[in-house]
Amino acid sequence: MTAETTAAPAAPVLDPGAEAARATAAILHDTLHGAERGVVVDSPPGAGKSTLVVRAALELAEAGRPLMVVAQTNAQVDDLVLRLAEKNPDLPVGRLHSSDADPYDKALDGLENVRTSAKAADLAGQAVVLSTAAKWAHVKVDEPWRHAIVDEAYQMRSDSLLAVAGLFERALFVGDPGQLDPFATVGSEQWAGLSHDPSASAVTTLLAHNPTLPQHRLPVSWRLPASAAPLVSDAFYPYTPFRSGTGHGDRRLAFSVASDGSGPDQVIDEAARSGWGLLELPPRHTPRTDPEAVRAVASVVRRLLDRRGAATSERAPEPVLLTADRVAVGTAHRDQAAAIRAALADVGVTEVTVDTANRLQGREYDVTVVLHPLSGRPDATAFHLETGRLCVLASRHRHACVVVCRAGVDELLDDYPSTEPVQLGTPVKFPDGWEANHAVLAHLAEHRVPWRP
Amino acid sequence: MSLITTLARLEAVRTGRAQPAATVRHRHLSDRPLVFVPLITAGEAGAPLGALVGTDRDAPRLLVVPQPRDRDLRFAFLAELAGVVLPHIEAYADSVEPAERTETDPETGKRVKVEVDLCADAAQLIVPSRAGVDFVRLLGRSMRFRRTTEQDPETPHPAPPRVPLLGRWLTHYGERARVPGSSLLLAMTDLLGRHWATGQSTLEDQHLGALLAWIAPGDEGPTGAEAARRAELARDADGQLLCPPAGPATDPAFDNKLLAPAIERYDRARTALAAAEDGVEADDRLGAVTAAEREVRALVESRTRPTWDAVWRGLDLLRELPAGAHVEDRWTRDRWSFTSHRDRVLAGEPPQPRRDDAVTAANKLATREREQARLEAQEALDDPLVMAGRRLAGEAFAGEVIDVVMAYSESKRPSPRPLVTVRTDDRPHLGERVKVHRSLGGRPQAAEFVAQEDEGVLVLRIVDRMGRGKEPEAGSVPEKGDRVCFTLFEHEQRGGAKLPDPEGTPWTHGGPPGETAAVPEAADAQTEEDVL
Repeated sequence: MTAETTAAPAAPVLDPGAEAARATAAILHDTLHGAERGVVVDSPPGAGKSTLVVRAALELAEAGRPLMVVAQTNAQVDDLVLRLAEKNPDLPVGRLHSSDADPYDKALDGLENVRTSAKAADLAGQAVVLSTAAKWAHVKVDEPWRHAIVDEAYQMRSDSLLAVAGLFERALFVGDPGQLDPFATVGSEQWAGLSHDPSASAVTTLLAHNPTLPQHRLPVSWRLPASAAPLVSDAFYPYTPFRSGTGHGDRRLAFSVASDGSGPDQVIDEAARSGWGLLELPPRHTPRTDPEAVRAVASVVRRLLDRRGAATSERAPEPVLLTADRVAVGTAHRDQAAAIRAALADVGVTEVTVDTANRLQGREYDVTVVLHPLSGRPDATAFHLETGRLCVLASRHRHACVVVCRAGVDELLDDYPSTEPVQLGTPVKFPDGWEANHAVLAHLAEHRVPWRP
Repeated sequence: MSLITTLARLEAVRTGRAQPAATVRHRHLSDRPLVFVPLITAGEAGAPLGALVGTDRDAPRLLVVPQPRDRDLRFAFLAELAGVVLPHIEAYADSVEPAERTETDPETGKRVKVEVDLCADAAQLIVPSRAGVDFVRLLGRSMRFRRTTEQDPETPHPAPPRVPLLGRWLTHYGERARVPGSSLLLAMTDLLGRHWATGQSTLEDQHLGALLAWIAPGDEGPTGAEAARRAELARDADGQLLCPPAGPATDPAFDNKLLAPAIERYDRARTALAAAEDGVEADDRLGAVTAAEREVRALVESRTRPTWDAVWRGLDLLRELPAGAHVEDRWTRDRWSFTSHRDRVLAGEPPQPRRDDAVTAANKLATREREQARLEAQEALDDPLVMAGRRLAGEAFAGEVIDVVMAYSESKRPSPRPLVTVRTDDRPHLGERVKVHRSLGGRPQAAEFVAQEDEGVLVLRIVDRMGRGKEPEAGSVPEKGDRVCFTLFEHEQRGGAKLPDPEGTPWTHGGPPGETAAVPEAADAQTEEDVL
């Protein structure tokens, strides 16, 4: 790869900051000066993907190359616009939006150099134009953009890349291969194994047709603490390991209210101490919205806030109070999220984010409480075993993650080894969900606290 | 499986009868469906053994391949099948009505209305089970690339004249069957499974006999479970199933004990005929061949006829249900699909390619996802029982309007934005400013969720379909005491973005298919593991 030609051949770098900077320099070099039409960057959770996108965008704009940015959701687009404006308030930025009501974050209206419009023609001449893939698909241009950045490219479906790829000449594709794969609401087995399977991820198709494109990897997770990075790296990225940017002593979580000895308090202390906690309920087959598990999640969250946690990290010299907006609850299904929201409202908690893995992608919190996707289930379907789902849920936190689960999931996994048919021509994804689930469970077992009200 | 389906299945177990899963019929049924009950040879998926086909339940046409491994006989079967299916399809293809379609003008690039022909009705094909649909697809694939002597005088194994055309039509039907809600090609087990919930698994529902046993086990006597068990397992004194499988696969006991000996007798008779030394002997032996063939025919008929009757019994059951309000609308889409394939055939286009190119595949996927969403919405709007399932899942709610307060939007020209308070026993998954929709005279009206005032008391703000004036049009805002039903899902689907033409396939997807697609791909290279 071209990385070697630019960066001086260095001895193994131990400083995570330097290691990450070296990777970023190589990526920017390939993007700005490389000969290939595309560059692919794999980024593990919290490795500074957005920072990279913003930096690449600024450098491309500075080089005078008209740039379009494709993200997958409106929230992602707005977030990028705000970050760009923060880094360079003078840069003329265009936010292309849909014609629905409230199409973008109102905060954008306060930015002087950000122009918003539902028509691409209104934004001609802006150095950078950002929008969602769905909106870009409706844009027609006579002359394509010189450059594009495609964000969350692993969550983008191949067919939506097909709809926008005619708009640009070259592109930087950035994404996290470990998160949830895109899905189709109808069967797509008919195209499995084709290099242009429309239901595959955009990167899969791109690399199948352009195998020589340079591929880079961000090597350091700044979000995940030292307690989490090795587990997430081993379980979900076995062949592309990464490390945490902080050491074991850099982050601490302490509570000023002492434990009352209950299950929730014990698991909170365990998670504060080790980064992980498993609150285990007695084994039972339950409906999806298992009332006991839902209540257990709610009481863990309630106690987290009541016990007045203080988070110490490299970000601030003083400990920061753990407030409701720094806590999130993750589930597999929407009805589970709704049930937990209702249970939280019953105990007077309203500010905490409760969402499914799909919607938590790309978000970051200090502490997360996760209802295990397999908790209480009589079977393990492909949906519940999906590697990306567990990976998202287990990698949103900066300090600690508490998993609430019924006992017996390990036996359930043994009863339901993955039976997905192997399709010819489809690259096998490693690790499979079964294996990743076992790896995470084995680790969590060391931090087990039985449920006691 | 949704909660309401699980409950219906439990109820079916308790009562011993299938429970209704719909109050209206959600698929179009033609007045003259062409029913096709095929059988195949064990161990050779592409080798048909025989079929019953036709539109008259009392007079099906029996087609049989007395020696399924003889390719000439197989061709004869396919030619005969084409002789039944194609005239039926062509009768529909010939009767057209004028219709309008929006097309992009190649010169101006503008969307313009064009007057075109639309087939007044389309031919419907019904097979017993999902495996039958796969078999139709397989037959289509095996036939559409065949060449006839007329197309290519040099071709080494020419197909009978109409066989490639039948392949193209069956391929079209097989592809269309993948579109949710389409009714050109239907499997009876899917149709019945859509409208009734049995006390067995959906996999077991693929056995047509067992499925019908649950739905109509008879007034007295066995429960659905017992009747289904009997349909699956009961055998006569000779060890043959009383209710033969709906195919295309046959029961091994039938294959071994009855079919194999009969085919062997046929083979022997043919060999003997070939060895005949004079005319008299040949005449005799021809008689033996005919007798042996008749025996195979009788066997095939004995295994297909019960399934044939079961399909028609299923049609009777389905016809008792009134058609859902949107069924006609979806059938019109099927007619468009039928018409467009007819036009491609008439225009002399080549058969459907072996594999979809990137653009075609993406377009098909987008269409099917849109049709899936459309189907789910329309079924719920057409059928209170389906809507009940969506309400139970928190995706809709019904209730009574207990208050309406007039309010206006904050803009230069204020538009009406009335606040409607609804009391409901349902528990919808509503979040802040979530959009909800109701049907107002068949068109969707949107509202947004404002607040929950009390347990089951929801405040909504109506946001559209109230006319252009300052005061909402009469009847466009619900009134106190009205029963309303709002859904969290949209009722109509937006069209997707236009994809590039296949010639404009971008570099990310391998560029235009053009030259590379025309070259047949090389076979896999020989490896050390290849022993044959």
